[in-house]
Amino acid sequence: MKKLSVPLLLFILFLTLTGLSHFGVLDRYVQSVIMFIGINIILSASLNIVNGYMGEFACGHAAFMAIGAYVSSVLNVFLFARDKVFGAPLLSPELALYFFPLVLLAGAAAAALAGMLVAIPSFKTRGDYLAIITIAANFIVTSTIININAIGGARGFMGMKKITFAMEDVIELPWMLIWVILGTIFSIWLIRRYVSSTYGKGIIAINQDEVAAEIMSVNTNRMKLMAFMISSGLAGLAGGLFAHILGYINPNSFGILKSTECLVMVYLGGMGSLSGSVISAIVFTLLLEGLRFVIPWIDSGLHWLHLIPDAYQVSQVWKWVLIPLILVLLMQFRPEGIMGNKELSDIFPKIKKWYRFR
Amino acid sequence: MFDSLIQNLFNGLQWGSFYSLIALGYTLVYGVLTLINFAHGDIFMVGAYIAFFVASFFLGHATGLPGWFVLTLTIPLTMILTAGVGVTLERIAYRPLRRKGADRLYVVITALMCGLILENGNLALLGASRKSFPELVDKTVYTFGMVSMTNLKIAVIISAILVFVLLQFIVTKTKIGMAMRAISYDKFAVPLMGIPIDTVIVFTFILGSSMAGLAGLLYSLSYPILDPYMGALIGWKAFIAAVVGGIGDIRGAFLGGFLLGFVEILVVAFFPSTFRDLIAFSILLLILVYKPTGLFGVAKTTKI
Repeated sequence: MKKLSVPLLLFILFLTLTGLSHFGVLDRYVQSVIMFIGINIILSASLNIVNGYMGEFACGHAAFMAIGAYVSSVLNVFLFARDKVFGAPLLSPELALYFFPLVLLAGAAAAALAGMLVAIPSFKTRGDYLAIITIAANFIVTSTIININAIGGARGFMGMKKITFAMEDVIELPWMLIWVILGTIFSIWLIRRYVSSTYGKGIIAINQDEVAAEIMSVNTNRMKLMAFMISSGLAGLAGGLFAHILGYINPNSFGILKSTECLVMVYLGGMGSLSGSVISAIVFTLLLEGLRFVIPWIDSGLHWLHLIPDAYQVSQVWKWVLIPLILVLLMQFRPEGIMGNKELSDIFPKIKKWYRFR
Repeated sequence: MFDSLIQNLFNGLQWGSFYSLIALGYTLVYGVLTLINFAHGDIFMVGAYIAFFVASFFLGHATGLPGWFVLTLTIPLTMILTAGVGVTLERIAYRPLRRKGADRLYVVITALMCGLILENGNLALLGASRKSFPELVDKTVYTFGMVSMTNLKIAVIISAILVFVLLQFIVTKTKIGMAMRAISYDKFAVPLMGIPIDTVIVFTFILGSSMAGLAGLLYSLSYPILDPYMGALIGWKAFIAAVVGGIGDIRGAFLGGFLLGFVEILVVAFFPSTFRDLIAFSILLLILVYKPTGLFGVAKTTKI
């Protein structure tokens, strides 16, 4: 029972969500919020490997997301859809369903390879200089994509909706939701395994003291390479899912602002806490979507109280003022983030009795 | 060919001056606090807007004032008001965290968030329409052979150099500069020596933010279109320039800014303009890989 509780719970969650979406209880908006929560969980948990457990300050996570998104979408469109640039599909569109996880993994692998771009300089550089290298890598990736005309350049790339429709033609199910949930579970499982392995112990040792770790025969270069590649590979997976949900991607949506969002989620949850990352991704996404509804209320409330002139309307831009403000206040009162570096089971030790999750 | 090269070098000097002025602010704060003040690019943007409002106030309320007179009033007022913004940020956002002894990275995240608040608060309050900066001084074009330069561009370059000389003087020759260097050396021993650490930090923010305000004013004189996101990209780039120069060192920030300016202008001169960021950042990345502490940075040895 102890061994099965977590898989069972996840399986029930998975069945309920897909069932409710399939029979139309959850409308498209709620589904997309759930999918974005999943993607944000992958992003924040994967960045937490480098920024939390290893203690570096990498702020170019969106670059790897962009690589994963572009590689998987271009592959999918090239293989399974009719496109202006790539012409007729190579394989029959019905196969898209079976090849989709493989294509996603190909995107993740490409992103992991690109992670070496950051990992190799990190052998010699630490701290703020590495932060710059990651920012520069982010700019380099987005401007490289802008300069490749075959994949749309600055105009963006589309056609991924055809893939989702092709999958739904084979079996009528909310496929993107299923892939996002599976991808999220896979990432969390992988990160959990990784962090509790020898490699995980190695990167925690690097965080504490790199020189001491090296003396204790930790192969720091290999640990760093591994950590950066896993982190960026999972970001690529998230990017591939993101691209197929939206059906349209644009290099500017993977800019430094997206990286900032990932950073915020990591530090909101707490450095080096996997459950913190998951919680903060959920909180952040719900906050983002919730404010969309709250802002019109604020607007009418302020007009009712005659606090602001009638001509002025509180627009949705205020969302991006309120969220940073909330985060700044949170940092003032709880500077270590929601969970600190503890896991959920450290705060509530009693739940350890009910599950075993390694 | 030679003339166009000289012309491009001159344009690079002018373009690099903005990066230098902003990078100086980054490097001052970093040198004292080891804090990457990511809100600095947005303080530059706020400086440009403050300059816009101050200049239009004088032009609107006291008609008949000559342009150069308005400009001489606008420069110090902009610098003072922008310094006020920077000090406010330090006072309400960074200082409480510093007092609590929070991890350095949390302060960096707070700075990022403050930058977002400034950007989007501006967008929300003033609307998305772009403001165009009033023309205060008439443009005069001087031509030497094939090289043409305007009085504005020369003024930008000269003020960047003056600011650098002033800052270098303050940091290396005065008592408060000595206190700033002392804090960057050892944050815990310095208060024991009777140095008011908060005053020195506030002074640092005043210096850095007023330079950003000056840069905002000069930028909006040269490119008179203001929009709320103008500070974001230029701020990130100036930060990269500061690091390539060797962050924490004033000469490094100054030269790094000019280096980035030259590289960008020369790339645009020989390649399509969409390649600007790609090539400029690749060159900077290569510099950092070969010289990880920047051009002027000193490698710190770690004691075991």
